[in-house]
Amino acid sequence: MSELIKTVIQLLEDKTINVFIGYGKGTANRIRATFTRTAEQAELLIYNDACTQNLAGYLLKHEVKKLGKLGILANVAALRSMMQLASEFQIKDGEVLALFPNADGTFTEFTNFSSIEAYLETTDVGIKSGEQELITRLEAMSVKERWLFWNKEFEKCIKCYACRAACPMCYCHRCTTDVNIPQWIPVASHEIGNLDYHLMRAMHLAGRCVNCGECANACPMDIPLNLLTYQLIQPIQETFGATAGMKADAVYALSTYKPDDKENFII
Amino acid sequence: MEKELKILKYSDLPKLIERFRKQGYPVLAPVHKGKVVEIELVESLDAVALDVLLSTQSAKKVAFPKVEKVLDYTIGKTAVKQIPVNPEACLETILFGVRPCDASGFKSLDAIFGDTPKDELYLKKKEKTTIISFSCPTADEYCFCTSVGGGPGNTAGSDLQFTEISKDELLLEILTEKGAKLASIFAELLAEARKDIDKNKFLADVKVVFDVDSVVEKTTASFNNTDLWLEQSLRCIGCGACAFVCPTCACFDFQDEQNTKKGVRLRLWDSCGFSLFTLHTSGHNPREVQSQRWRQRIMHKFAYMPEQLKVVGCEGCGRCSRACPVDMNIKEHLTAIGEKVVV
Repeated sequence: MSELIKTVIQLLEDKTINVFIGYGKGTANRIRATFTRTAEQAELLIYNDACTQNLAGYLLKHEVKKLGKLGILANVAALRSMMQLASEFQIKDGEVLALFPNADGTFTEFTNFSSIEAYLETTDVGIKSGEQELITRLEAMSVKERWLFWNKEFEKCIKCYACRAACPMCYCHRCTTDVNIPQWIPVASHEIGNLDYHLMRAMHLAGRCVNCGECANACPMDIPLNLLTYQLIQPIQETFGATAGMKADAVYALSTYKPDDKENFII
Repeated sequence: MEKELKILKYSDLPKLIERFRKQGYPVLAPVHKGKVVEIELVESLDAVALDVLLSTQSAKKVAFPKVEKVLDYTIGKTAVKQIPVNPEACLETILFGVRPCDASGFKSLDAIFGDTPKDELYLKKKEKTTIISFSCPTADEYCFCTSVGGGPGNTAGSDLQFTEISKDELLLEILTEKGAKLASIFAELLAEARKDIDKNKFLADVKVVFDVDSVVEKTTASFNNTDLWLEQSLRCIGCGACAFVCPTCACFDFQDEQNTKKGVRLRLWDSCGFSLFTLHTSGHNPREVQSQRWRQRIMHKFAYMPEQLKVVGCEGCGRCSRACPVDMNIKEHLTAIGEKVVV
């Protein structure tokens, strides 16, 4: 029996947790999120290189929360999501138990925020090299070229909102795009409606995105939406010295004023 | 009309699109767009993705697009003047290179939009669309058309259907008057088909996995089985990808876009998977949680539509499962509800 299965069975038996959000075998060679509540279900847990989904989004799903105390198999992106959610008062310290998969096949148990913060301090949380290359290529484009690139991508958008649904940071009960008095964003999936929606979403994730890439993975139309939010990571770091999802008590860069904030953006 | 069988040389296939275009028909067909395959206007056969199993989205947008203007209006001092879109204004269109499940998918849409009150915008577009499908030589593990009454060579909904019977030859089935009219454009390219051609030999083997009658019966009886719907949908994140790629999902929303003088009313795709879908102005939501929305999706297709419209609202194309970011697989879930068929 794998260490993961043994650990989860133990956690369930001693009632440390009531449900464990992990990975199981899906259909057509896919991996899917599973919600383990019994030892029998725990036997079906797996962990391998294909288990990449950031499961932290499920921590705020009403019907999952109702199952009881949560445990989660948390990769780096999920740990950072937890820190960001904590800083936005969405989860409390000690409320969620995280099992982190180490490279050597063992699992580290994180039961409080300070241990996660300490771990993240020693971890590379940068953007993956392949994705960084794409961002560099985008940044090298002229404004017009970049505008054309994104317009072409957004043409494909059908506004299924899979990006928003998959994003652990998109938890608003009523998203700006769904507000109709006043109507900020056109509902239609036409040129303006698509552009407004994606720009609004990117702005709302500036300084909050933990670069997990779930938005792009979820998109059925293969739009590289992650590049949009990734491009905002560096400017926020350079301007405010802030990186999302590192500290549970972080204050949000874009809603905080400090006397020594740079004001070079004011024309 | 009685079905006619003909043979077309594969090398003559490009001429069809050339001639359709020359006669002024817009031709829509699956086209490669990076990793996705979209149904778009084409000018020649080169652009058509005949090698793919299925386009990412279904063909429904031909008659039911994601954004559709239904009327213009002007705002006067005392009255609002409405100018509805004329349903007759749409063009005779050819839908080329789609699969049998795309063609038969219109059966559900026809039933929905043809119900009272009739939806002329959809019905006229559909009436003016001629569908040329290609039967399926291959299938993948998401396909389950044979479990819902279809098949890789199903001709329902198609006006013409091609089947590749060798590297050089296509079998053409002329199925409707509309199809015959179109076939007359390339009649001299056609040869009589040999009587001994067995089309089934050239089709994918798609195994029946569940008994659809038992799915309909059990779905209808399972409304209150909250555990069933919860267990199936715990990982569902509530996006609309499944509904928007589906050939039979027909829910829509209306939105007005206007300034102080004039505006347009638009019809837009909507999805029962969205939390906002049934939210009342009062704040009450009869489908408050995702499991209730998942139940609605399945019950609409397998309980309400069979009961009210006498059609099952699913073609077994599997697009919803391929598009789902979290592996909600409808074939698996329907098999769990109904009776398994072991072949």
